[in-house]
Amino acid sequence: MNSKRRTLLKGTLAAGAVSVAASAGLLAPRTVLAAWPKSAFAAKGVDDSLNALYGMKGAATSGSIKLKAPDIAENGAVVPVTVSSSIANAESISIFVAKNPQPLTSSYALGSGTQAYVATRIKMGKTSDVVAVIKAGGKLYSAKKEVKVTIGGCGG
Amino acid sequence: MAKSIKVRASNKNGLTTVKALMSHPMKVEKIDKKTKKVKPAHFIQTVTCEHNGKAVLTAEWGAAISANPYLSFKFKGAKAGDSLKVSWVDNKGKNASVNAKIK
Amino acid sequence: MKKLAAIVTAVVMLASPFVVNASPQKDLQDFRAYFKNKFPNTPMHDFINGVYSIHKASREQWEAFEEFPSYEIYVDKGEALFNNTKFKNGKGFKNCFPNAKRGIKGKYPYFDEKKGKVITIEATINKCITSNGSKKWGWKKGKMAHLSAYLSYKTRGQTIKIKTPKSKAAKAAYTRGKAHFYAKRGQLNMSCADCHYYYSGSKIRADILSPALGHTSHFPVYRNKWAKKGGDGMGTLHRRYGGCNKQVRARPFKAQSAEYSALEYFHSYMSNGLKWNGPGQRK
Repeated sequence: MNSKRRTLLKGTLAAGAVSVAASAGLLAPRTVLAAWPKSAFAAKGVDDSLNALYGMKGAATSGSIKLKAPDIAENGAVVPVTVSSSIANAESISIFVAKNPQPLTSSYALGSGTQAYVATRIKMGKTSDVVAVIKAGGKLYSAKKEVKVTIGGCGG
Repeated sequence: MAKSIKVRASNKNGLTTVKALMSHPMKVEKIDKKTKKVKPAHFIQTVTCEHNGKAVLTAEWGAAISANPYLSFKFKGAKAGDSLKVSWVDNKGKNASVNAKIK
Repeated sequence: MKKLAAIVTAVVMLASPFVVNASPQKDLQDFRAYFKNKFPNTPMHDFINGVYSIHKASREQWEAFEEFPSYEIYVDKGEALFNNTKFKNGKGFKNCFPNAKRGIKGKYPYFDEKKGKVITIEATINKCITSNGSKKWGWKKGKMAHLSAYLSYKTRGQTIKIKTPKSKAAKAAYTRGKAHFYAKRGQLNMSCADCHYYYSGSKIRADILSPALGHTSHFPVYRNKWAKKGGDGMGTLHRRYGGCNKQVRARPFKAQSAEYSALEYFHSYMSNGLKWNGPGQRK
């Protein structure tokens, strides 16, 4: 039990270990869920969050990541974002809002047959870069896009 | 709780596209400025999507994912008629699960 | 209030660009022609999509939402309400709306000659509830909005065909609604028409003003803005009317008041010929 716990806490290895163990039936889904990356979500900066997630800080800007998000968000509470990439062997995708008090919005562990593609809706506190990071082959790649969050005129 | 996860999964040429909409408030922690009372965060932490007992996608979410969250992803290795299990657990320990048919 | 409304009607009618005796059919023709001319790149059938029919960048975001719209959760809740609610006397919504699954929202609003007033779908829902012994629902959100969303969803795709007001009383209600639409009100001294007719397509801070043509086709509406607390963004048309009145710093009328029902009557008639499209998702 202890050895499994320690493996889960380590960023890079954890993702691999967890997915292998799960498919072999060694870990019930419930145990996998115990690995919610608390410190990554609590981190106040993108780099600290990346370090907590993957044990690495720097991500190389990549032209192979397509980050689709509106130029001007209609509503900062629901901003549709799509991340897709042609990078081979992608294992994980993470989405950050650089100027949110805690930048990490979500992190996705991809199964072996799962494409480097994810779409969701995120909350943005104010105009900020949205940053997508992909982990593949032991390296981190990123792309960013500025999304403007405005004050509307039509309350009610 | 049956309808708290809606899933649409369709297979085309071996690639299954999954779209899911979940019913959940996804509340950020709020501290009342006057009373200093803390209203705790309430949000889905983990979403697990499984095909044939294998996790095809595991999403770790924070409170910055929008209310009534949406998730879409694509994976290979399934065919029409197969089952896809989507489940979530939130920070209060509540959970929900659904078995969707891939069309 | 009634006297004030009558005075406002008279003043507006004298000041309005429309001749008082113009028929509703002529109003409708002119309304459609005005917007067709103002937004030449928008096909007429697309006006039901509001601001997304006139602004490309907004439309892309809306299309992202339409991949799996948030209102589907509430249409489901509405369906459950329709199927499972039991009133005090044991009856259910099926007794009042036997053809709901075939889409019955197109009947509303209509002018009831016997009662001498405009009848909306929400009013009919509450009439159903109270006449069967149970306590009525709130008019603006929650269960009322969910059930209305379900009934609206079932009507999607049908053509909007509000009956042309013929009797004197019906025409009076229509005219009252039309007067409200064009009358300036509130501290900001603005009318519905200022934003949604004359300045539709222009900006109000960072928002783009939607054209009134097609407005009522997609109600009740899921507004992302209303969803901030707990995610339920569903609201009825009269909820939005109240919000709009408040925005120009005017005292709002009550939901389902004669004033808002009259406005809904005129407002809906102006979308005749387009398709029912509810519920919609908006910012």
